[in-house]
Amino acid sequence: MTVIILLITISLVIAVGFLTAFIWSMKSGQFDDLYGPSVRMLFEDKKKDDKKTRKP
Amino acid sequence: MNVNSQVEEKSVCYHCGLPCPEEYWSVDDKKFCCTGCQTVYQILNENNLCEYYTLDRNPGIRQQEASMDTYAFLDEKEIRRKLMEFDSDALGRIEWQIPSIHCASCIWLLENLRSLQPGILKSEVNFSRKTVRMDFAPREVALSSIARTLSSLGYAPQIHLAAASKKDGPSNRGLLIKLAVAGFCFGNIMLLSFPEYLGLDDTDTTLRHLFSLLNICLALPVVVYSGQDYFIAAWKSFRQRAINIDVPIAVGLAALLLRSVYDILTQMGPGYLDSLTGLVFFLLIGRWFQNKTYESLAFDRDYRSYFPLAVHKLEKQDWKPALVYDLVTGDRIRVRNMEIIPADSILLDSKTYVDYSFVTGESRPVPVLPGELIFAGGRLLGQQAEMTVEKRISQSYLTSLWNNEAFRKPRESHYKKIIDLAARRFTWVVLVLALAAAIYWYLVDPSRMWLILTSVLMVACPCALALAAPFTFGNALRVLGKHGLYLKNADVVERLAGIDRVIFDKTGTVTHGSADVVFTGDLKRDEWGWVKSLAASSLHPLSVMIAKSIPGQSAMALDQFEEYPGRGLACRIGTSNIRMGSASFVGLEAAPDIKSSRVYVSIDGFNRGVFAIGTSVRKEIPGLVKRLNGRCAALLSGDNDSDRSRMAGIFLPYSRILFDQSPHDKLAFVRQLQQERHQVMMLGDGLNDSGALKQSDVGIAVADDTSVFTPACDGILKGDQLGLLDKFLDLGKGSLSILKMSFVLSFLYNAIGLSFAMSGHLTPLIAAVLMPVSSISVVGFTTLAMSVLEKKLLTRRL
Repeated sequence: MTVIILLITISLVIAVGFLTAFIWSMKSGQFDDLYGPSVRMLFEDKKKDDKKTRKP
Repeated sequence: MNVNSQVEEKSVCYHCGLPCPEEYWSVDDKKFCCTGCQTVYQILNENNLCEYYTLDRNPGIRQQEASMDTYAFLDEKEIRRKLMEFDSDALGRIEWQIPSIHCASCIWLLENLRSLQPGILKSEVNFSRKTVRMDFAPREVALSSIARTLSSLGYAPQIHLAAASKKDGPSNRGLLIKLAVAGFCFGNIMLLSFPEYLGLDDTDTTLRHLFSLLNICLALPVVVYSGQDYFIAAWKSFRQRAINIDVPIAVGLAALLLRSVYDILTQMGPGYLDSLTGLVFFLLIGRWFQNKTYESLAFDRDYRSYFPLAVHKLEKQDWKPALVYDLVTGDRIRVRNMEIIPADSILLDSKTYVDYSFVTGESRPVPVLPGELIFAGGRLLGQQAEMTVEKRISQSYLTSLWNNEAFRKPRESHYKKIIDLAARRFTWVVLVLALAAAIYWYLVDPSRMWLILTSVLMVACPCALALAAPFTFGNALRVLGKHGLYLKNADVVERLAGIDRVIFDKTGTVTHGSADVVFTGDLKRDEWGWVKSLAASSLHPLSVMIAKSIPGQSAMALDQFEEYPGRGLACRIGTSNIRMGSASFVGLEAAPDIKSSRVYVSIDGFNRGVFAIGTSVRKEIPGLVKRLNGRCAALLSGDNDSDRSRMAGIFLPYSRILFDQSPHDKLAFVRQLQQERHQVMMLGDGLNDSGALKQSDVGIAVADDTSVFTPACDGILKGDQLGLLDKFLDLGKGSLSILKMSFVLSFLYNAIGLSFAMSGHLTPLIAAVLMPVSSISVVGFTTLAMSVLEKKLLTRRL
């Protein structure tokens, strides 16, 4: 049964990883505008060099 | 191709989608309603930006003319410092507020602005807040020319003092992170509690103990981080000796945590940590739902939002832009046509007209002679004028309204929230019950006393009660928003329910905001151009309105132009004599019954028609007033009483009609009604109503376009939805009864829980079932009841 301790540890670590990822994305402002990005990805970039970079 | 779409294409402007006049402009087989739209198309076309038009149908905005140096003040160092987030020689960063952002094409164009205006490095649109953050190279491009580019495309930025001093942080982020933490821990605790739920008694006891210890680790961040607001609020209300809903919640949370930790450490049981974290999770969802408001609408504007940021001031023989705040008595300033006068000043130049409709509601422009005082807030009509400042901006007549006490006291003190009233009684009942149970068990079985006491406190945690209000009012907010009434926050719904008196403003509320110009008669196409040219040559407000109402260009040479003050205009174009003005001026008998201003047109001595200029009453108003019946208290207008007979036809015998009301009078009227113990709703649109809007229990600003400026208010109502106002009031009342019903429901759950707790039967499993079920059923009930109410009141119309 000790294997279950290992499994739970792994699952918790992964879950905490996702939680941190969410908190990071929240803090970096990715949820501030819910409409813009959905249309922005459809725009065609004619110039290759103007990739959008986000500022935190 | 069907016929319909062809017809549509024929008459609709390619840029803005508005119908084209008979005489349209065309480039590349595309039609445009005005030169402005055509210019924007040409600019975009030259820069290969026509993808703009493929993203959304008719995305453009009809052009508004702005003079070249409107934005010149942006290059002043002092002003730049206030507006910009970052400023150096190499890089500048600024956030523009652009209310006209409305579709995917707008985002695309604004983010590709760098190919249109060299020097812009990067621009990024935030659609929900309607802002553009822009990085640019100040060495290559001036801030003013960026603003000009934006406005020439139809995306005029809003630059105002309030915006310059305001920096709002991300309000919702913290709450969402707390919610995420609570949800994460809640889910994991439930997983780790599965052996308990399934009653697997034969599993390894050390393993179960390990799970329980893990649960404590997971529950601690929920209580300490996610639930901290409840403890802080409870402590505050405790110190102010005003018990609110947070007190029993905090007590319940503390009882749950302490009891669970005690149970687990002494190995008596698995604890109630799943109930605890679930509770916090649901409470935070409720709070988040309640906080969901309309980000892009501003509800807290004061007079500063209306005033320009800068004005041209004479400094050592030189006109320079200066911040209006820095104006002192004696400064000489210059104000252009259609600009707002920033401070009480004395006119130096020749006679001009000032439109005070913004400040007083008086619709007719007032003539001002040299040497006379002009009040701040008036809009100059006519050629630019010079004036000397008499009073600083903060001391002017208009701003004195904001020194009224109505603007100082916080809103919430006006009324007691129903939820806190309920919570107060609830808390006392719970305390008494807990004490009674403790005494009873002390006598019967002292060893169980503490367990029973904590059980009672745990189960009495009014989670469902705390959720009832956010979800009822949050749903009401959502329903109202769907039908065109945008309320500031959920608290307003509660106040809406109590409204028994409604007061209307006239201009812009009962009538349409802008004046209609209606022509009856017969003019040929060329002649329209002549009339426009003639009208455009005069600065009289009526001619300006007529010129504006005629589409097309006005570049025609006028001969023998003459203006007869107070009578009319005359000129010669080619071989024709054109006269326009009063009836006697063109040689007609004046009609006796004139409700609106009229301008007659004659060409070569023949009467060709008449322009009627006036404001029309919104068509929903008469029916609405009838339905509101006794609730309709008054019509308050800052205008003169020339409209009395028309308004009397609508508002009598239901309500009082008062004209010539100053902003202070309106405020006093509202206060008087409130002293007679009425709950007052004020509907208005201008700065002149702002005192009354603030003083009233619910102040609603009526706006035909929600992106334009509205005064500080509790809600913004779309002009075309005004007819639903009585339904909105009913909905407010209905939501209050839904709230009361859900109170009953949650009390019922608490009674069941308490009976378990007091008899000593509250096992962790029962708690884990009872608490979520009560919360979810209350949420479900309010949501369902609100949508039923919506169907009943709002959907089934026509």
